Amino acid sequence: MSVDQTTVAKIASLARIKMSEDELARMAPELSQILDWVEQLGEVDTSQVEPMTAVIPNTLRLRDDVIDADPLTGGDKRDAVLANAPAAEHGFFGVPKVIE
Amino acid sequence: MSTYRIQGATGEWEVVIGLEVHAQVTSNAKLFSGASTAFGAEPNTQVSLIDAAMPGMLPVPNRECIRQAVRTGMAIEATINAWSRFDRKNYFYADLPQGYQISQLYHPLVGEGSLTIEADEKAGIPQDKVIGIERIHVEQDAGKLMHDQHPTMSYVDLNRCGVALMEIVSRPDMRSPAEAGAYVRKLRTILRYVGSCDGNMEEGSMRADVNVSVRRPGEEFGTRTETKNVNSVRFVMQTIEHEARRQVDLIEDGGTVVQETRLFDPNTGTTRSMRSKEDAHDYRYFPDPDLLPLELDDAFLEECRASLPELPDAKRRRYVEELGLSDYNAAVLTAEVETFARFETLLAETAKRLGKSEKDAATQVANWSLSVAPGVMNALGDEANPAHATAEAQAAILQMQAAGEISGGQAKEIFEIVLRTGREPAEIAETEGLKQQSDTGAIEAEIDKVLAANADKVEEYRGGKDKLFGFFVGQTMKAMQGKANPAVVNELLKAKLG
Amino acid sequence: MTELTELGVKAIRDGVAAGDFTAREVAEAHNAAVAAAGELNAFIVTTPDHALAAAERVDADRAAGKQLGAMAGVPIGMKDLFATKGVQTTAASHILEGFTPEYESTVSQNLWNAGAGMLGKLNLDQFAMGSSNETSYFGNVISPWRHKDGGNADLAPGGSSGGSSAVVAARIAPAATGTDTGGSIRQPAAFTGICGIKPTYGRCSRWGVVAFASSLDQAGPMARSVEDCAVMLGAMAGFDPKDSTSLDLPVPEWEANLSADLRGKKVGIPKEYRMEGTDPEILESWERGKEWLRDAGAEVVDISLPHTKYALPAYYIIAPAEASSNLARYDGVRYGLRDLPDGAGLQDMYAATRAEGFGDEVKRRILIGTYVLSAGFYDAYYNQAQRVRTLIARDFEKAWAQCDVILAPTTPTAAFALGDKMDDPLAMYLNDVFAVPASLAGLPAMSVPAMLNGDGLPLGLQLIGKAFDEQGVLNAGLAIQQRAGFDAKPEKWW
Repeated sequence: MSVDQTTVAKIASLARIKMSEDELARMAPELSQILDWVEQLGEVDTSQVEPMTAVIPNTLRLRDDVIDADPLTGGDKRDAVLANAPAAEHGFFGVPKVIE
Repeated sequence: MSTYRIQGATGEWEVVIGLEVHAQVTSNAKLFSGASTAFGAEPNTQVSLIDAAMPGMLPVPNRECIRQAVRTGMAIEATINAWSRFDRKNYFYADLPQGYQISQLYHPLVGEGSLTIEADEKAGIPQDKVIGIERIHVEQDAGKLMHDQHPTMSYVDLNRCGVALMEIVSRPDMRSPAEAGAYVRKLRTILRYVGSCDGNMEEGSMRADVNVSVRRPGEEFGTRTETKNVNSVRFVMQTIEHEARRQVDLIEDGGTVVQETRLFDPNTGTTRSMRSKEDAHDYRYFPDPDLLPLELDDAFLEECRASLPELPDAKRRRYVEELGLSDYNAAVLTAEVETFARFETLLAETAKRLGKSEKDAATQVANWSLSVAPGVMNALGDEANPAHATAEAQAAILQMQAAGEISGGQAKEIFEIVLRTGREPAEIAETEGLKQQSDTGAIEAEIDKVLAANADKVEEYRGGKDKLFGFFVGQTMKAMQGKANPAVVNELLKAKLG
Repeated sequence: MTELTELGVKAIRDGVAAGDFTAREVAEAHNAAVAAAGELNAFIVTTPDHALAAAERVDADRAAGKQLGAMAGVPIGMKDLFATKGVQTTAASHILEGFTPEYESTVSQNLWNAGAGMLGKLNLDQFAMGSSNETSYFGNVISPWRHKDGGNADLAPGGSSGGSSAVVAARIAPAATGTDTGGSIRQPAAFTGICGIKPTYGRCSRWGVVAFASSLDQAGPMARSVEDCAVMLGAMAGFDPKDSTSLDLPVPEWEANLSADLRGKKVGIPKEYRMEGTDPEILESWERGKEWLRDAGAEVVDISLPHTKYALPAYYIIAPAEASSNLARYDGVRYGLRDLPDGAGLQDMYAATRAEGFGDEVKRRILIGTYVLSAGFYDAYYNQAQRVRTLIARDFEKAWAQCDVILAPTTPTAAFALGDKMDDPLAMYLNDVFAVPASLAGLPAMSVPAMLNGDGLPLGLQLIGKAFDEQGVLNAGLAIQQRAGFDAKPEKWW
């Protein structure tokens, strides 16, 4: 399926990637080419097939309801959580003011 | 059938309501991480590397959250899907670090169920009504943004991020604000019974997305709006009233209702459009590839079922049918977990002391629990220490009263002292002289005096003026300074007046 | 004594244990090789102190008579997709430049626990998206290999684990970690004449590995021999309760159970891998592979994997779809790059940050992924691709009724020159045509060097095994290794 520049602009906006007109113009035929190529999947009769869910037979394990049982997956580590933040103040992450 | 109607300029309109209630699952740790869920902590102290969506972090589901959602589903007699999946709902917002919410769209944990709201004539609910529940799924809560701390920045606190929510989606079966209010209250009662959510709307443990549309009675559904995050029963009802009126006015003025997300403003009781969310409707749901399908075995499901308590409807029925309580008392006593828990403990204790069955003690204990005890407590206000109101103390009072040792008035006085001081009821009765006279000799002596002093009235009574009996009782009680056992007084008076 | 940098994993470990040399000497030799190899641009950061500290612990443990780990004294390269505590982790992207994790990935922690040390963080295709290591924000990795007579054109080391393949082939590290989503271990191994194995999906924990496509990503070792791969895979693998998809199985004794005796084994040759346009020398290497395995006692049988041609298109829906969501977290809020134009709101900041922080190939895949998941297209693209994936997995299931392991080429061509395919994304994708089916089915698969082509460049052979049967793959790989006698190495020019 071919995608035009408008469609690419819409998708880029949905994916939150700013793109100039030039980039959109360049990207549109590339994406179209790839999408045309994956289109061949439509040839395959999959009416009797379920979509893959687990590639290797395995069951979903559940964790116990214990706080901070493993420090790697627990909380109480504000410094570590904020350590790489571009803007952190008073224990919060800072972002440009949001008007709701 | 609800008769609730909006009176428009062009005639009557019916309102159609569906609710999506988000209930925080009671658990120690979050849905996919080991961070605590406790309310009110310092910002970002209850955030794991997973909740902050650090690169390479992976979710592992919390068994307790799944268990509580399953038990909730069982409590509304819903289909439990032993095979379910988590999906990602993709959108960008500062309270959503992953850039997606892990939720369940295609295969929810809990399928079709229902709950019943009770008839309430005054509220315009003429008979019990079953409200369909389409599904319950489990999902992550988002973090919190604060806008008023800094001139140019919003602050992000991720403490709530990743806390487990149940989204309980009703069918569009409600037709009035009162029905919606009753639905939310009933749902909250069930959640509290099950113990899967504390139902605390002030702390945000329960909030509702309110879907409202209007139509001419009997016609097709109209276009609905969704008002997000309404956090009290009263606000849910206000939202519906306002939104229904707004839609009717809009349509009657020749406009059309737009399917949109709206926000309720508690200060004005009105709703407004949330345009900021408008472009976010393409959520690109797909199965979360970090998580395998969730498969529940029979042992798990069996434990969920076995651990369910007696549920509100069953309990209420039992109170009426087995304990012989009135419909009203049964309804009030079963409305809250704390209420029935206190009642049942006191009932058991009292029945034991009286050597009676619970059925035989139930009415006395119900009256005490619903009117006498709360009356004393309220009158005392801050002077009462609720911790002193133990089942033992109250049962001791009820026991003395049943044995005729104390009067109803004395029971209240003794309970008042118990609440203030925590002293033993029997000791209070003794020390404070709060016991009534059952000694027939003393009472007889007073009766004789009363009858002698009122010979004319005795004549009238004997001449057929039965109403005077109460007068003699009153005079005797007065003479006994209120400490005579009224039953004994009655008995003796009847004998003497022949 | 041989140069320490010529030694493999097992030789180093055994030599350290025997006292032939110290772990420190090994680390120093390799640190020196790293320092001298700047021209290959294989490292994003080097960590000589990490390697030395690990070596010193091993030497001290040995002196104290303690039991040494399976990788004791072995300095390795770490693909910069694994989070390493206190060491910048970028996934070769601008958006993560400067990001210093407060945590260590499970796989790298397992390796340190086994006594390995880290020489540095290896360059790769950005977010592991690429087949030539040309999408890195930190520049191309140059293959140590050159055409025999083709002048000095820079060749691709393969991708996405291009830094890993380059340093192992160039004798800068005895081994390196790789990750394989659709061939990212096997294809670069084949391009550079080394071995690399992608184990069964779930063998190695994904916890702490920057995610590309969660249902496909698997870590694995890259080294110069099958034995070394067996040793290192044993150290990397293992159940991890932090990864829901981790396999709760004991790690087999792969090293101890290595055997090149294939009597009683059947090797399947999938007819669909004989594609039009495949390089005749590749086909020749495949023929030789069959002979070697026959020689090792195996019976060679023809099999069919009918849905092979659909694997690549299915992959290019599933992987970008997952990636578009996995990469949503790079938003400039909690870590990494933030681009905040004047007066920008939150959503503008996201768009600017992601525009600035992601390279073209990453953007391309995010857009494809976003598109195929968007309203109205989900069923036609994503669900259809996952259905086709089921059929591809079924093809393999059926094949296992006829054979124990499958032999195929790893790549349709030998290494190409840098720049050759950058203008044609599709042509680049097609380079993974033989690698992707095993990825989609989650199966263990390995590339082993077979021969040099006419240009003097390595060609690899691929072995695909049943789920959980890494041993069968390694054993067949060992049989090829012993018979191929591949000992070519790149001439040092850097």
